[in-house]
Amino acid sequence: MQSKMKESEPILEVENLSASTDNLPILKGVSLTVYPGEIHAIMGRNGCGKSTLSKIIAGHPSYNITNGDIKFLGENINSLEPEERAQSGIFLGFQYPIEIPGVSNLEFLRVSTNARRKFLNKEELDTFDFEELVKEKLEIVKMDHAFLSRSVNQGFSGGEKKRNEILQMALLEPKIAILDETDSGLDIDALRIVASGIKKISNAQTGIILITHYQRLLDEIEPNYVHVMSDGQIIKTGESDLALELEEKGYEWTDNFVKET
Amino acid sequence: MVNENLVKDVVKEPYKYGFVTDIETEKIAKGLNEEIIRLISQKKDEPKYLLDFRLKAFKKWQKMKEPDWAGLGYKQIDYQDIIYYSAPKQKEKISSLDEVDPKLLETFDKLGIPLTEQKKLTNVAVDAVFDSVSIATTFREELAEHGVIFCSISEAVKNHSDLIEKYLGTVVPASDNYFAALNSAVFSDGSFVYIPKGVTCPMDLSSYFRINSGDSGQFERTLIIAEESSSVSYLEGCTAPMFDTNTLHAAVVELIALDDASIKYSTVQNWYAGDEEGVGGIFNFVTKRGKCLGKRSKISWSQVETGSAITWKYPSCLLLGEESVGEFYSVALTNNLQQADTGTKMIHIGPKTKSTIVSKGISAGNSINSYRGLVKMGTKAKGSRNYSQCDSMLIGDQASANTFPYIKSQQPNSEIEHEASTCRISEDQLFYLQSRGIEFEEAVSMMVSGFCRDVFNQLPMEFAAEADKLLALKLEGSVG
Repeated sequence: MQSKMKESEPILEVENLSASTDNLPILKGVSLTVYPGEIHAIMGRNGCGKSTLSKIIAGHPSYNITNGDIKFLGENINSLEPEERAQSGIFLGFQYPIEIPGVSNLEFLRVSTNARRKFLNKEELDTFDFEELVKEKLEIVKMDHAFLSRSVNQGFSGGEKKRNEILQMALLEPKIAILDETDSGLDIDALRIVASGIKKISNAQTGIILITHYQRLLDEIEPNYVHVMSDGQIIKTGESDLALELEEKGYEWTDNFVKET
Repeated sequence: MVNENLVKDVVKEPYKYGFVTDIETEKIAKGLNEEIIRLISQKKDEPKYLLDFRLKAFKKWQKMKEPDWAGLGYKQIDYQDIIYYSAPKQKEKISSLDEVDPKLLETFDKLGIPLTEQKKLTNVAVDAVFDSVSIATTFREELAEHGVIFCSISEAVKNHSDLIEKYLGTVVPASDNYFAALNSAVFSDGSFVYIPKGVTCPMDLSSYFRINSGDSGQFERTLIIAEESSSVSYLEGCTAPMFDTNTLHAAVVELIALDDASIKYSTVQNWYAGDEEGVGGIFNFVTKRGKCLGKRSKISWSQVETGSAITWKYPSCLLLGEESVGEFYSVALTNNLQQADTGTKMIHIGPKTKSTIVSKGISAGNSINSYRGLVKMGTKAKGSRNYSQCDSMLIGDQASANTFPYIKSQQPNSEIEHEASTCRISEDQLFYLQSRGIEFEEAVSMMVSGFCRDVFNQLPMEFAAEADKLLALKLEGSVG
């Protein structure tokens, strides 16, 4: 099964990536390859570089790539703008989704969806057609229609913000979704909704990277690979049982690992 | 940060109304003295009371000092170096639009304000003012059927002299301030609106002010009277060509609302703002005030101020009538070296009066954008209420935003509430929108529009769309 997957081309290849912000090195040679249909989990202590890795893949301007490459569908994307990456199918689910006062969620979702559709040479949707589409997708995250008329993420509870992220993922139909601590701050019910949403959206053509601290999301969505990050490096890679072992033994257990490769 | 620079690029403003109409004009000599004032009055064939009004105002003006409390920095204005009357040459009496110089019609066409019968806007009546004179007013007959008078103020002086004599200068007295006194002495044209008792004006009324000449000032005067239980929505737009000199614009607008009457006055101000180095642009010193004379009367100002090198403008409400309502909704966008000092005065005189102030200032480039407002509760304003909200948005790190709220209360049984905030478009917000595939420029534009939403919601539909477009245009530019 695994080998069959690898007959196809990888979606994402991170090759020996080093990056810094304000001359402070954050990533120190990360390599990661995601094939279609794969789910990868990245775990590690706070400050190990997990979130930074996700932001750099999405093109955050605060970080400089000092070495290495990011390839998406075989093309180097190191110098692409964040919106170009998003349009071509890279999705970042934010750990802390940003509030945009005054901008209606519906309008934001529509403009965003149309930007992606335009890239795919699909017809852009007018307000009415978009309403139809969004209604369907709201089901996936069990969100109320009333969310659409509010300002983007403003006054949303933690759980509502995270569901709004998954709603965006559902609308944008990315090739790869990097979900940064999407499970944090969720109660059990919300976690199940989010997890089942992610499963519904993903398929054999998409790749998913779950960044998380906890096993409980991985109970819902079983990863093919688990990577442990520490001090800007992936220090251990295993299969889903690695997460269980980590849950049991804690991060202290990983302190003794030397970087593999 | 890289993004800060990008934001600066985005707010670079193209000005598409900068053309000059090449037309023969009748101009009087430069300078200001009693002779000139008599000449203006004579050209307009005015009755004696109006000439006296002008001369009195001029005498007062001579004794007054140009105000400097707003701390605006600009080149000293030489009042003797300005032409106070400039009009396109045309036939003495124009009976129909066919006789208007096609060049003028073409000018307004280009500005998006077609005046001719075939092309005129269908749901709004327009008074088009070119330099010192009104060129045309559309839908006059249709409005007359409802008893609504909508014409140039010069015409009103001729045909409705009683109303002019009764109301002119009663809201903004000639001695009110330096620029109001100047305007009272030399005002040329502007619009006049009269809504009779019980009439809801069947369409929006609109004035479009165009400065064409580079060396003449524009001093328009507008007077709107809403009789008992009447209502009107009035829109004002303005543009000017790009000159490297500064042109003075000192207007006076007076509104009067009687019992249960309501006036909604909306402005989109897009005078030429000068270039990136601050050369040229309009000096905009305007006195706008409404008097809620009647019980339960309501005056609502909304403005979108994007142009002018200098803006000095405080549309205000005198709330005399019991339970009268004053509103002020403002968006002011400044860029490059623009300076805006704008706000309102809500003077609560009558009991149970209510006012709302919502001001949104956006400063980019090296501009200075200040809100200055006064809320005053008089001794009789028992049970009155005010709510003010002043928000500033900074773009880049060279712009400045100030808020100067003045509050005076002589009535313990009244409420005044003031909220203020300052924000910056954050890199995280931009990144969030970009990471959803939204182009950088559109992201900035969306956030600015969002910031202004509360005010745009108050504008008449078409104006709101225009305002949104105008801001987007101002924010248009090459992204890195």
